[in-house]
Amino acid sequence: MNIRELKGRKEALGNWGYGDAPEPWQLGLQDPGCYLMEDIVQFHDWIMYILVLILSFVLWLIVRALTTNSTNMYLVDAPVIEIIWTLIPAGVLMFIALPSLKLLYLMDEIGEPALTIKAVGHQWYWSYEYSDYGNSTVEFDSYMIPTSDLNSGDLRLLEVDNRLVVPIHTQVRVLVTGADVLHSFAVPSLAVKIDAVPGRLNQTNFLIKRPGVYYGQCSEICGANHSFMPIVIEGVAMEKYTNWIGALLSE
Amino acid sequence: MSEEIKVETAKFDARFPNTNQTKNCWQNYVDYHSCVNASGEGCEYYKKVFQSLCPVEWVSNWDEQREAGTFTGKI
Ligand SMILES: [Cu+2]
Repeated sequence: MNIRELKGRKEALGNWGYGDAPEPWQLGLQDPGCYLMEDIVQFHDWIMYILVLILSFVLWLIVRALTTNSTNMYLVDAPVIEIIWTLIPAGVLMFIALPSLKLLYLMDEIGEPALTIKAVGHQWYWSYEYSDYGNSTVEFDSYMIPTSDLNSGDLRLLEVDNRLVVPIHTQVRVLVTGADVLHSFAVPSLAVKIDAVPGRLNQTNFLIKRPGVYYGQCSEICGANHSFMPIVIEGVAMEKYTNWIGALLSE
Repeated sequence: MSEEIKVETAKFDARFPNTNQTKNCWQNYVDYHSCVNASGEGCEYYKKVFQSLCPVEWVSNWDEQREAGTFTGKI
């Protein structure tokens, strides 16, 4: 790893060592930036645990069946074992389905949002609107920074010129729509992925638990530059947010 | 400046509990303008809500339609 890669990695991991952006050859999930994502990571680990148990058991059965020389060639039916191998998988599926449904409905819960942000997908950039402040709406476009303009340590295909600035420890409502074709607003660390549909307003939400820069990408194939319309969310303290929005509003 | 910033937004509306909030935005836009046409008083609430929820482009389209008389909502 040379200095440049190291710097890129440091940026990807942020100043606190969190993975809020994808890494090369990454297999696991990104680090959670909200409480919901923590639960989702736990749920993923729980399913993987069950998966390992089942795979080892089945592999053991296969090896046993292939290597044994004591085969019962007159076996026609065996009701007891059939009942067992129906009920146990049904129980296992229930232990997966129930927490899954719980998470699914928790993700729909918007609570009492303190802030509404609108994200509009365009070919090929995102535009954001903050309009909780009467007649003055803060509206800006967020374009990817082309590779030739990157600074050392920046993340390729992930940096944007104008970041979405959001207060942490605050329930944020996100309304997503599209201006032309289908897009999808997705930020893995914040457990957000929702389609941007022209003519429709889709609602999702997040509550960031720590300051950081969270990276995401358009996740619904939307044309030639689909790969080049990333999303960058900057989670800051409430005071910093009000200063930032105040400065934009007074412009 | 920052003292003036009030961090508050449209509250949860039990009429629109779903992910799809299109009607929430639309209904508040329609309610605001029918309120203005009827009495013109106490309508600010609807305005705050639809401004928080509706994309700016939708609002300007609907404003144009109202002026041209082609708006489809009952106001
Ligand atoms: Cu897109």
